[in-house]
Parts: sequence; C-alpha cells; structure tokens
Amino acid sequence: MNESDLLRENPAEVVKPPPTSVGVLGWVKSNLFNGYFNSFLTLITLFILYKTVPPFIRWAFIDSVWCPDCAEACKKAAGACWSVIISNIRFIIFGFYPYDEQWRPLIAMLLLFGLIYYSSKNKNWKKSLIYVWVVGLFVMGTLMKGGIFSLPSVESTKWGGLPLTLLLSVFGLTAAYPLGVILALGRRSKMPGIRWLSILYIELIRGVPLISLLFMASIIFPLFLPEGITINKILRAQVAIILFTAAYIAEVVRGGLQGIPKGQYEAAESLGLNYVLTMRLVILPQALKIVIPPTVSILISAFKDTSLVVIIALWDLMKTTQSVLSHPKWMGFSPEAYIFLAILYFLGCFSMSNYSRKLERELGQGELR
Amino acid sequence: MRHVKIIALMVAVVFIAMTTAAVAGTLQEVRQRGYLKVGVNGSVFGFSMPDKKGVWKGLDVDTAKAIAVAVFGDASKIKYIALTAVQRLPALQSKEIDVLCRNTTQTLTRETVNGLNFCHVNFYDGQGFLVPKKLGIKSAKELNGATVCVLPGTTTEMNAADFFRKNGMKWKPVVIEQSAELNKAFFAGRCDVITSDSSQLAAIRSIAPNPKDYVLLPEIISKEPLAPVVRHGDDQWYDIVNWTVMALIQAEELGITSKNVDKMLQSSDPRVKRFLGVTPGLGKDLGLDDKWAYNIIKAVGNYGEIFERNVGVNTPLGLKRGLNALWTKGGLMYAAPFR
Repeated sequence: MNESDLLRENPAEVVKPPPTSVGVLGWVKSNLFNGYFNSFLTLITLFILYKTVPPFIRWAFIDSVWCPDCAEACKKAAGACWSVIISNIRFIIFGFYPYDEQWRPLIAMLLLFGLIYYSSKNKNWKKSLIYVWVVGLFVMGTLMKGGIFSLPSVESTKWGGLPLTLLLSVFGLTAAYPLGVILALGRRSKMPGIRWLSILYIELIRGVPLISLLFMASIIFPLFLPEGITINKILRAQVAIILFTAAYIAEVVRGGLQGIPKGQYEAAESLGLNYVLTMRLVILPQALKIVIPPTVSILISAFKDTSLVVIIALWDLMKTTQSVLSHPKWMGFSPEAYIFLAILYFLGCFSMSNYSRKLERELGQGELR
Repeated sequence: MRHVKIIALMVAVVFIAMTTAAVAGTLQEVRQRGYLKVGVNGSVFGFSMPDKKGVWKGLDVDTAKAIAVAVFGDASKIKYIALTAVQRLPALQSKEIDVLCRNTTQTLTRETVNGLNFCHVNFYDGQGFLVPKKLGIKSAKELNGATVCVLPGTTTEMNAADFFRKNGMKWKPVVIEQSAELNKAFFAGRCDVITSDSSQLAAIRSIAPNPKDYVLLPEIISKEPLAPVVRHGDDQWYDIVNWTVMALIQAEELGITSKNVDKMLQSSDPRVKRFLGVTPGLGKDLGLDDKWAYNIIKAVGNYGEIFERNVGVNTPLGLKRGLNALWTKGGLMYAAPFR
C-alpha cells in the first residue's frame, strides 16, 4: 500500500475557514471593514450615499414630469422636468435640419455607428474596409447634403446638433491621427528642415488653447480671404480641431517611438529595409501599440472639446441645448438638459475607452508569455 | 500633366477672385447669389431664436425677412448665420453677411472705428433693474449697498458701475457668466437686484416661480437703440435696409396691416398710393420693385404687428410698446416721409 492509497482511504479532515472570512461576510470584512480607518471611511461613504441617492432618485424619477409640452406642470412639480428634453428632442438632436427631412441625418448617424462597429472588429481589418468606408461616407454625405436622387438639397449651414458633433469628432479624430503620426516622425527626422518645421508646428499649436484657434478660424481668418470668398464655418472649425489634436497626438506617438529599443532599428536596417518599410513594418506597429492608452485619452478629450465650437456659434449638441434653454418656457430647467447631454457624451467616451482596453488586450496577445 | 492642372487651378482661383472683386454693390451681389445672408443672435427669445422645429422666429428675424422681401419679394430667400457678440462685427466686415440684425446697440465707435452704418432703429431698449417686491424698493436710487446680479464683460456691467458711482452709492456685483445660472442666483436670493436690458428683464420675470413677486424699477440707466447694421461704403444698400425698417413703421402710421393691405391699394390717400406703389416711383429710386413696400407688409406685416407677434403683451415677454410706440402715441418710432 503506497502513500496515495492511504490518503484515499482516510482523507484528511477538511478544516473550513472561519465563517467570517468567506462568502458575503468575508468579502465585506476584507474589503470594507479591515481596520478602524477603513471602517470609518465605509461608514462615512454609506452616510453620504444615504443622504444623496434617495433624494436624487426621488427628484429624477418619482416626482418628475415626463409628458411632452407641459412646462406648466413642470413649474409645479418638485422633481425633474424631463419634459424639456422630450418636447425639444428633435431640435436638440438635429438643430436646423429641415423638420420633414430629419430621417436623413438619423439614417446617416445609424450608418456611421454601424460602420464604426464593423471596423472595430479586427477580423474585418482588410483592404476591403477602406472601400466599405468610402461607400459609407458617400452615402452619408448624400443623405446629409441631398440634391440628387430627388432628395431636397440641405446646406451644410443647416447641419446641427448630434450629427454635427459626430461629424466634427469622427472626422477630426480620423484626420488628426495620421497627421499626428507624420508630425511625430518629422520631429525625429534626421533632416533639419523637416525636424524644425515639425517642432515649430507642434510647439506653436500646443502653446495656444483650442478656443483661441477656433476664434482665429472663425474671426481672423476670413478677414484675410480675398473679397467675396467665404469658407464654410463648419469646415474652418473642423480644420482647427484637426490641427490642434494632431499636435497632441504627435507628442504621444513620439513617446512611443522613443520607447522602441535601438536594436529594433538596427535589426530592420540589417535586413536592408529602407526608411518607409522600417517604420511601416517594424517601428510603428510596436510604437503605436505602446501608446494606445494615452492616445485614447487624447481622442476622448478631443471628442469632448468639440463642444467648444459653441463659442463660435456653431449649432452642435451643446448649442442646440443652450438655445432650447433660453426659451422663456424652458429657462429654469438647465440641470435636466445638461444631465441628458452628459449621458450622451458619457456613452461616447465610455465606449471609446472600453474599446481601447479591448484593443490592448487583443494586440497585447504576443506579450503574454 | 500635373503642372498643367496646377496652373489651371491657379488661373481659376485668380479669375474667381477678380470677378468677385469686380461686382458693383451689395444689392447686385445678393441678387446674383439668390439669397440674403443675415447675421442673427440665435439665443434671445423674441428677437431671434429657432423654435423647436428649427424655424427662426423673432423681431430681428422679421426685420431680416422684410429686407429679403424688399429685394426678392420672397421672405424665404434668407440664410441665417448665428453669431456671438465677438463675431458679429468681423463677420460683417469680412462680408460673411450682408446685414446684421442681432440686437446691436448703435454707438459712435462702432460707426467710426469699425466702419459700420446703423440703419433705422428697430427696437429701443435700455438697461433697468428688477427687484423682488418684498424689498419694498421704489427707485433705483435706494439701491445703496445692494448686491447686483450682472453678466460679465458686457456694457451692462459698465453701465451699472457708472450708475452707482454717479449716485455715490456702494454696490456688490455678483458676476455669473451663464444667463441661466444668473437668473437662478437671483431667484434664489443670492443678490438683491438683477440688471440687464429691460426686454431681458421682462423675460427673466416671466420665468420666475411667481412673476408677480418681482417689479421693474422705473429708472432706465442706459440708452440701447438696437438697429440693423451694414458696412460702410455701399450707400444704396444702406438706403434699402434703412427704408425697409422705416416702411414697417410708416405702414403702422398709415394704418396698413398685412390683413388690409390689399384693400388699401384702392385707397384715395396720396400717401398710401405712393407708399404701396400705386403711384409708381419710390421703389425704382431705391433700385427695387415699385411694389416693395406692398410686398413687405403683405409678407411680414407692419411694425406694430411684428412687435406684438414677437415681444408684445400676449407673448411670454409681455412687453408694452413704451419707447417703441409710434411718435404719435408718445413713442420714438418715427419714419421720414415717403416721397
């Protein structure tokens, strides 16, 4: 009889851990009440939650007014007036887009979400993705602008609300990213002309706030144009956002480039790769992967920064909401309107950061050993 | 091949620049373009603001419509461009807009330094004070030591400072950037009094939990004549905008409204006949259709109708005519003779 048989016949008595260290009780003890100070913090937090959450729920749900067009009921109600959102939702979302044509931006937005979702799967990262986007952008542009296929033409000055916010952010971010990478490479270039130009650009743009760039684009720039030529206000703001974001992305990417060991460059050179191939095949794939977290945080803040176009009177989501709030009927209900906006922005930002974490996991597979 | 394209492009750009520079006046430019470009505020209820279907409404908007009707005979041929306070004057100077109807106060420096011409006033505003009734204050002269809610960086703040200094009184400004927050602070009692243009104060009072608890003080401490603005250097265009506003006033004085304007065509009054173009001549002199005034009144109504529709007693603003009544009724609205 060997040892294992012995054990099988007389199994050792299983000693259970004390009930206070397993299950719910154990979790509570080790996470909330391990020590005097942490117990104290837990109690304080519980007290604050008790003081704030029930009144908020009461305000937001129980005492609130949901029916459309009842500003009068809102004034009497103790709770939130969601009526301000419900009554004006179409203006908040679509702005000046002609009322009867608003299905067009709606479809365009759904299409955009679909495209973004489709591109987020890395099994779809093929050359055909480019064609999908070209077709998608063409369809979206046609829907928004109209003028063909018996769709009435809608000028870009009438675009507003959420479609405008999405337009500014999606195009701002996708155009700024490659520009930023090029600037980062330029700043590390051995050619002094290119290097100094890149440094000058990056430092100039980073040296001023986005607001001043927007002001320059909207006020100063038109004064220098020849008479009679005006450039679309949306385009001017869009370019300002792209230029601004690109400078920040450039610095982040440069950080990634510096993080790549010199051996990688030398290995690529010894294989006989030229500069473009070295960057494309060896350096950038690694460098861009390292800097996913800071890049995403720049993209997120750029997404939120698009709301600054309010100050140059572009009717993005923020401005349409403010406009609704300046109507005497709805003047007092800014918290509700801004909470609604916050939810929309949160959805955008949260899905971006969620996606970046997923991307890191998937691309980081090779590093898990 | 590529060089040819680049050169062709450059030639095209230069050509466009030259042709546009050669266009004579704003009127021709507007006619060629097919629509009028108007700068508006966009966030002032009663003056210019979109309704929930995105349709522009307001006194300034109706003034702009009257100009479009004068030029095209069609109130829909307008593109509205919402502008902030900082943007509005550069937008006019850089020809981004043809005319500015954005509750802009006429001042000397704006006409001289900024190179602009203010047309006939379409709203006489003035800065006032709104106080809760329970303070028992009857006059702004009793406001010594008061805390005053005021928007920063506007002439409003400077006017208030001037007023208190002139009368040797102390005041504590409570400066809040957003007007919605400012109103809340006032209703919550963080300041004793709120100061702004009186048309704005009326709007603020209308959203109070109980509007009857608040009272406008009689003192108006500043003059704010709000008028449409055009660029220096195009007198014909200035005349058109100027006389369009006066036509609105003249129609009210003559008793012509959008409803009776067709009947008035048969009027035997020579002033009405000249005004409506039954006796031709006036429109042609402006470079417009002789029916221009008829078209304006038919499309947007006279000044009184516009006022009542947008800011009058039956609107949430509930403004009385006051200074904006006709000169025959004790106001300042006075049109020069149409002859």
